[in-house]
Amino acid sequence: MSQTPTTTTPLLELRGINKSFGAVHVLHDVDFAVHPGQVTALIGDNGAGKSTLVKTIAGIYAADSGQRFFEGRPVDISSPKDAAALGIEVVYQDLALCDNLDIVENMFLGREEHKGILLDEATMESRAREVLASLSVRTVKSVRQSVASLSGGQRQTVAIAKSVLWNSKVVLLDEPTAALGVAQTRQVLDLVRRLADQGLGVVLISHNMNDVFEVADRITALYLGRVAADVATKDVNHSQVVELITAGRSGDLGIAPAAAPA
Amino acid sequence: MTQTTPESTPAVADSDFAIDTRSAGGLGEALQNYVNRIRGGDMGALPATLGLVVLFIVFSLASDKFLIPLNLANLITQAGAICVLAMGLVPVLLMGDIDLSAGVAGSVSASITALAIVDHSQNWSLAVIAGVLSGAVMGLVIGVLVAKLGIPSFVVTLAFFLGLQGVILKLIGEGGSVRVADPVLRGITIDNMPVVAGWVAAVGVLVLYAALSLWRHRTKVARGLQHQPLSVVLLQIAGLGIIVLGTTAILNVDRSRNPNFPIEGVPWVLPLVGVLLVFWTFVLTRTRYGRHVYAVGGNREAARRAGINVDRIRVSVFVICSSMAAISGIIAASYAGKVSPSSGGQNTLLYAVGAAVIGGTSLFGGKGKARDAVIGGVVIATIANGLGLLNQASWINYVVTGGVLLLAASVDALSRRRRSAAGVG
Repeated sequence: MSQTPTTTTPLLELRGINKSFGAVHVLHDVDFAVHPGQVTALIGDNGAGKSTLVKTIAGIYAADSGQRFFEGRPVDISSPKDAAALGIEVVYQDLALCDNLDIVENMFLGREEHKGILLDEATMESRAREVLASLSVRTVKSVRQSVASLSGGQRQTVAIAKSVLWNSKVVLLDEPTAALGVAQTRQVLDLVRRLADQGLGVVLISHNMNDVFEVADRITALYLGRVAADVATKDVNHSQVVELITAGRSGDLGIAPAAAPA
Repeated sequence: MTQTTPESTPAVADSDFAIDTRSAGGLGEALQNYVNRIRGGDMGALPATLGLVVLFIVFSLASDKFLIPLNLANLITQAGAICVLAMGLVPVLLMGDIDLSAGVAGSVSASITALAIVDHSQNWSLAVIAGVLSGAVMGLVIGVLVAKLGIPSFVVTLAFFLGLQGVILKLIGEGGSVRVADPVLRGITIDNMPVVAGWVAAVGVLVLYAALSLWRHRTKVARGLQHQPLSVVLLQIAGLGIIVLGTTAILNVDRSRNPNFPIEGVPWVLPLVGVLLVFWTFVLTRTRYGRHVYAVGGNREAARRAGINVDRIRVSVFVICSSMAAISGIIAASYAGKVSPSSGGQNTLLYAVGAAVIGGTSLFGGKGKARDAVIGGVVIATIANGLGLLNQASWINYVVTGGVLLLAASVDALSRRRRSAAGVG
């Protein structure tokens, strides 16, 4: 495996993660690191184990073996609550927004600010506006707009903004541009970059090579449940990455021929 | 994005958020927004309000007995039970569920209340508590069957609709009925507030509403939040003023046919409905619980991921519905002076569902207000009252009410389609 040394301590680091579902060994000794201020792209073909890895990070699945470190400390993440408490947020592909509620109501859903039994709408609206402004979201007409009236890109924006509202440190984005048009993809990628620029560790799960090369600082390629490569984006080109995804190796990168399953 | 930064740097929230409209400009723009919302299929209580105006015009032309204080007071007492039952149904409808047993459950509760007074000579307050608690228990059972066992609410509540009619028969005996003679309970629908008390209450409500809305408007302006223009707030206060003071004025006129026995004042059922309306509006719009009810109704999976206990919310709405049904059943018993085996059966439930839907609550879930139930309840009661005055055969009453329910459901379905086309929730 080719390792580019990084100067910072990773925000989140997984070492030797194994996960099986019955007889199916989905993750083999996976090492994965998320650095602050960087976008790490997690790529791989269907069935490579991307979703399983994300769900393991989020605490939805418990790993069979392996260690996790958060800001250098060993941690135990056994439920989504543990992950959220550490500051790990996941934005899933189906966005999980309520169409009948407005942007503010969606961003605070389940964690509403309140004074006694009363909802504190004023604080929620101000904070929602601050977060959207800090992410330079310009496309939303009003924070009191119903989510049903938003475009796909705007909905994705709201879902991402929701995840950074809680002082999160690591944000995992599952295929954030999959259903979007050109202009909307642009908006979301800009937003992904800004999240990293604010010092968050961002994990971008994507099938789209253009997106990956545009915003990612590092690329982690999964191949049949193993890490094929963990490289800096600037050290690889398009076709090498495609080979890593489809064959698990490219030149001297990737899994050694002996280890790679045929 | 790499656009040039604006001239100076205002507050952080302003710098990149220039398009956020915090105030709907003036009155004209607010009106324009409202028209756009209606065009987009978000009609709210507009069809019901227009329908009510049309009904009032038609019935007052058709009968000279319709638009007189005596009949309007009757109309309000008739509407009471429907409005309360419909208000209880709103949270259930918000889930996209239905409770077909609510009318009958209300009668079971009412018979328990009546029997507690007649057979066990309990105080009316204890009897009412027993009735409402029994309603809550029925709701709890229904809710658990729906939320935990996963039986469709339609089936569970249809079973309860049939089963509970048997319970009423068992409680009060075949062919019999229980009298509701307690002066307080009977008084809900046949006694009136003293004239002075009526005026004091009306003005008090109005002043409180005006003070609260102006205070909220000022807070929003001060904290730079999105708000309506002041003119709209003032118009809302004026609108409520006309309704509250107008109704009070009409009801405080002596409406007796016999000059020796004056009947004047606001029937007690009206403030009772008013208090319940304010309470449920508060719960649904100002508390976390209410927000979670809308969230579960809008997108159950999103609510679950947001950490909301979806099952608990789903059970709770059935408890609310059956408890409100108990209050409604007691009001209906107060109006009839008795509970009989047929109480709460027949069209009671359909009237209430119709009321909620006509008022603008969606049968598809996620959209509706307590206010809708009251406006719709008045529409339904007006139809029943007007047709009664015209001495129409009761089959016409059924056909018309069924037709109105179907019409309201069609409006709901069409506006939902329009909303999804316009992309407005």
